[in-house]
Amino acid sequence: MSQAERTALAAPRTPGRALWTLGLLRSELTVMFRRWRTLALLGVLAAVPVLIGIAVRIETGDGSRGGPGDGGGPAFLSQVTNNGLFLVFAALSATLPVFLPMAVGVIAGDSVAGEASGGTLRYLLVAPAGRTRLLLTKYASVLVFCLAATLVVAASALAVGALLFPVGEVTTISGTRIGFGEGMLRALCVAVAVAASLIGFAALGLFVSTLTNSGIAAMAATVGVLITAQILDTMPQLDAIHPYLFPHYWLSFTDLLREPVYWDELVRNLGLQALYAAVFGSAAWARLTTKDIGV
Amino acid sequence: MTDTAAATTGPETEPGPGAVIETRGLTKRYRGGQTAVDGLDLTVPSGSVFGFLGPNGSGKTTTIRMLMGLIAPTTGTAHVLGSPMPAAARTVLPQVGTLIEGPAPYGFLTGRDNLARFDSADPTSDPRTRRARVAGALDRVGLSAAAGKKAKAYSLGMKQRLGLAAALLQPRRLLVLDEPTNGLDPQGMREIRALVRELAAEGTTVFLSSHLLDEIEQVCTHAAVMARGRLLVQGPVAALAAGARGRLTVTTPDPAAAAGVLTAHGATGLVTEGDRVSADAPPGEVELADLNAALVRGGVRVRAFGVERASLEDAFVALTGEGFDVAG
Repeated sequence: MSQAERTALAAPRTPGRALWTLGLLRSELTVMFRRWRTLALLGVLAAVPVLIGIAVRIETGDGSRGGPGDGGGPAFLSQVTNNGLFLVFAALSATLPVFLPMAVGVIAGDSVAGEASGGTLRYLLVAPAGRTRLLLTKYASVLVFCLAATLVVAASALAVGALLFPVGEVTTISGTRIGFGEGMLRALCVAVAVAASLIGFAALGLFVSTLTNSGIAAMAATVGVLITAQILDTMPQLDAIHPYLFPHYWLSFTDLLREPVYWDELVRNLGLQALYAAVFGSAAWARLTTKDIGV
Repeated sequence: MTDTAAATTGPETEPGPGAVIETRGLTKRYRGGQTAVDGLDLTVPSGSVFGFLGPNGSGKTTTIRMLMGLIAPTTGTAHVLGSPMPAAARTVLPQVGTLIEGPAPYGFLTGRDNLARFDSADPTSDPRTRRARVAGALDRVGLSAAAGKKAKAYSLGMKQRLGLAAALLQPRRLLVLDEPTNGLDPQGMREIRALVRELAAEGTTVFLSSHLLDEIEQVCTHAAVMARGRLLVQGPVAALAAGARGRLTVTTPDPAAAAGVLTAHGATGLVTEGDRVSADAPPGEVELADLNAALVRGGVRVRAFGVERASLEDAFVALTGEGFDVAG
């Protein structure tokens, strides 16, 4: 008992032991999700499936079947009228190239630079948050945002799909049929795979964020990198570098809808994201831990 | 200047046991080649209220940033609470309350939530007592009534108080306050000065930068003066002010004659304004009564004769050779 008392007495002033308390992460998440900007981004993302759903509904309202066919529009669009669950896949395919990473770019780009431009970075550091701890907290919260944003799109799509279209058994890309319950599970897996596709880009945004003291500049630069990578990925002349571009395997999540699941590209995507996270995470750490905080 | 430099306290080389802040040759050179702080040897004794003075751009804030581990010194060392900075930041900073270069709250959070946020950034703070400590800190700076308002609606003075509250979230051994009365009205300034005295009475060492000399004179026990990145002098405030010579002032209808007599007796720095003739106070061995008698013998009708005590401002002007708010 006396030993316990001694520990209790010693505890409040032993910073080393308490280094990895999650208080900062909790605070970070609360602050992030209470910001009007974050809610607006999530609102815009939630509106995308609504727009797609209504458009498909109007287009097919006269009783004609299917959308524009397999040729145009986001993948899975033609199947939405048969099964509302496909709106989840259609909405994720539609938002993954632009809307989702743009939202992540805003949050990641602003994560450190926004604190610097507001002057709050110096107060966090003298608190002392610890530079490594702050960076890890920021990255963790950006990843939470990636997952939250993806789930918002998926949930909104599921609600709209169930409301406007029939739901039921799912026909996989391979042509086999799986039950609605397993279809839901696959949809959840797809959402997680989409969120995981953003891991590398989030690390890149975090790194850009440590380079400047302007939140706006960091956001713009991060989104600029995204657009550049997307353009490079469409140029056949640059075939050689395509496997190293972070968006290259983004649409691999569709392989989760095969029977059996085709893992090759999914694994390659995760490996690439991990590589980006390691490279840009280290770069961000090297930058932030040696940076003079002059603002 | 030489006799004021002799007022320097503390041992010259060894870090004294009573020193809360101790720097040796602390230098910061920016990439452009500009030297912001040049070979600073600063000693802040424990228990003091230490005034850190200097014109804008003299290197005060750069020094504070180095002390708090925000920027790395180019050369030299800094010890805070006996531990080297920035290496020991994790153990030192929880015991230091800081207000650096103005307050910076999150505009979209309330005052209360701002404090909770900064408190949760400190890994040593206890989340169970957070609510009570936040309320206590807000109360101490007189911000309880506005605690639920968003910080973007705060006036500069209120933001300043919020920044002070953040520095008071824990019992601290050292408070580093950069221009703490900036943006406050006279009543607010008095309150902050009272708060600083109160904290000092509780045993907290207060390191206070200011460009308001009378503020330093009112609350500080010790002071240091910086100009162009260099430390000109440091020591107890009383010694600094005493080091600056006062002014001998003679009021007379015969100013020209008075000036002649004073010059003949070796007075320097003569200034004649209407019926007032003033000069640097003569050194201590000169008997002022003799000087007065000489004036009268010389046919000068003396209305008033006396030495005005030097203020810290005189000391400052004597040291830097310039007015106070001049950018260095």
